[in-house]
Amino acid sequence: MSLFGIIASIIDGLLVGSVYGLAAMGLTLIWGVMDVVNLTHGSMIVAGMFALYLLTTALGISPYATLVPVLVGGFFVGLALYWIAVHRVIGRPPLMSLLSTFSVNLVLLGLGTALWGTVLFNVPVSLPSITWQRYTFPGTHILAAVLTAVIAACLYLFLYRTRLGKAIRAVAGNRQAAELVGIPTTKVLALAFGLGVALAGVSGMLIATLFPFTLLSGDAYQLKSFIVIVLGGLGNPTGALLGGIALGLLEGLVTPFIPVSWTLVIEFALFVVVLVAFPGGVFTGKRA
Amino acid sequence: MKRIDLLVAAIAMLAAPAAFAADDTITIGMTQSQTGSLNVDSVAQYRGFEIWRDEVNGAGGIAAGGKHYKVKFVSYDDQSQGGRVQQLYTRLIIQDKSDFLFSPYSSGLTATAAVISEQYGKIMIITGGAEEKTYTLGNKYLFQVITPAGHYLSGALEALHSKNPKARVAFVYSDDPFSKAVVSAARDQAKEAGFDVVLDESYAPSTTDFGPVVNKIISARADALFGGGHYPDSATLARQVYDQKANLKWESLLVAPGDAKFASLGKAALGVSTGSQWELPVKFTPQFGPTGTEFAKKFEAKYHIAADYHSASGYAGAMILQHAIEQAGSVDPEKVAAALNKTDATIFFGHIKFATDPGDHGMQIAHQMVVAQWVEDNGTLSRQVVWPRDAASAPLLYPIPSH
Repeated sequence: MSLFGIIASIIDGLLVGSVYGLAAMGLTLIWGVMDVVNLTHGSMIVAGMFALYLLTTALGISPYATLVPVLVGGFFVGLALYWIAVHRVIGRPPLMSLLSTFSVNLVLLGLGTALWGTVLFNVPVSLPSITWQRYTFPGTHILAAVLTAVIAACLYLFLYRTRLGKAIRAVAGNRQAAELVGIPTTKVLALAFGLGVALAGVSGMLIATLFPFTLLSGDAYQLKSFIVIVLGGLGNPTGALLGGIALGLLEGLVTPFIPVSWTLVIEFALFVVVLVAFPGGVFTGKRA
Repeated sequence: MKRIDLLVAAIAMLAAPAAFAADDTITIGMTQSQTGSLNVDSVAQYRGFEIWRDEVNGAGGIAAGGKHYKVKFVSYDDQSQGGRVQQLYTRLIIQDKSDFLFSPYSSGLTATAAVISEQYGKIMIITGGAEEKTYTLGNKYLFQVITPAGHYLSGALEALHSKNPKARVAFVYSDDPFSKAVVSAARDQAKEAGFDVVLDESYAPSTTDFGPVVNKIISARADALFGGGHYPDSATLARQVYDQKANLKWESLLVAPGDAKFASLGKAALGVSTGSQWELPVKFTPQFGPTGTEFAKKFEAKYHIAADYHSASGYAGAMILQHAIEQAGSVDPEKVAAALNKTDATIFFGHIKFATDPGDHGMQIAHQMVVAQWVEDNGTLSRQVVWPRDAASAPLLYPIPSH
């Protein structure tokens, strides 16, 4: 492959990797705040995809106009999920929250299969693209990366510049201490879960502007999210974004030189190495 | 009432039901992927079986040896997983006492089911497993109705050769048994035809982003792309090839373009072709059973969607089994197998004949695929047969626009 091809591959990897990072931010936020591995994460990504499809076909609106409704809707879905599947298992052994969210995931997949099957859905999105040499960067990829950066910046400002954000960080740091200073921790946990699901949903919405999807598409992104949060540090949303970009960079850098079928092998090998050498994540600087 | 009258009435009551009921029932066992990644095409295949069963039972059953046999299905969800297929086909045979079997959908699941069916000596009609290897391991009771994998892209390669004999060809395909079998044969055929194979890459079936591999296609300056895999990955590859303007003149992908929903890709679908086991415009004169038009009409009336080749292959396979039972005059497996081995018939689906040598027993040796391509007419996308020329319902679109 020519140098231009390699550069094009890296750029495209960075663009798509940022969306992987957004998808992982929701998962890591929930994990960091309440020690819950949310196995409905993949389903929530797919829910965002379906929300995009249904809103654009039913209302005929621009795909990007669905961003705010998906974010808000995802938040309320997350609140509901918290009370149904998570609230009573917080503080219990981790396996309980794992099984609880896994069960909800199976219910959602079963319902989805019964209603829609695993047929393909596609939302055609036409934006101007940038062509350089013979390589094209679709406008959808560029806009998805820009919107990811905006959402990540808003999340950062929320967590570090608002009282509610500080409350979430306080509960994540020490729930008992937060209770003692008067923070209503149960409400904060529910809000954090809602926020995590909203992020998953909006990442699904953006992914659906890039690729077609089926009901089962969430599994692959959930798997990538786990790799990303290990790279970025558990409970670190900024680290997750950087981890996603790093993963995209890896995919873009490696695939010009090796068969693409090896990409997953390399990603999971990296997963194991990082877990061993940097258990706190590469971007937190905590070594083994 | 006199005693004799009561006796006659009793005898009449006992005899009457037998005069209207089938003599017996045959049980056909199968799994379908009601959940999992193979759901769409598996359900389509099952619908073909189902519509046949309802027709046969509505007509009083299969006539064989002076008796009539109603058809009963026993079906389970294999969840698109080989492990479940293994358990369920064993259950279908031992617990459910299936007389005959239909295959699951996909080469991988069929290969697993075939091990079980052969172990118990049960005839299995295969309508969803194209990979040839299954038939080369020594079997007596497998019967493949569809064209084997090695021929899936033959027509598309011939069509390309007719337009550009020196084309630069890229093979990008899913790392699964079916796709690898298809491309393995297609690669040899491409080299024999004089094409320059400039890229040959497989990808993990779970791949979500084909951006890097599309950049490789662009870097290789390929004129034509062959490959894909099953449903979601072929569709995603098609979309990304379009979005990234890979400048292809020909694009032939497996499975997904054969589905009506492929049109939802819009402009990305235009010009994409696929090898198809059956398309409505291709008219065979059947020696028995319905014509293609008749089959398509009753399918659409029942399910309110157009029949695709998966449904057609399901119906065709079931018809062939029925025909064999009728010819054998029995439901005895050895007699039915002998009748299947002698089958050499044309039905709405095409010409059906099975290999009988032990080295490839049951492989389909007569049925041929066509090339279907998405073309535009007055702004509407439709799938038309473009190759072979004498079966074409529309001219071949080459070069394909804006790819």
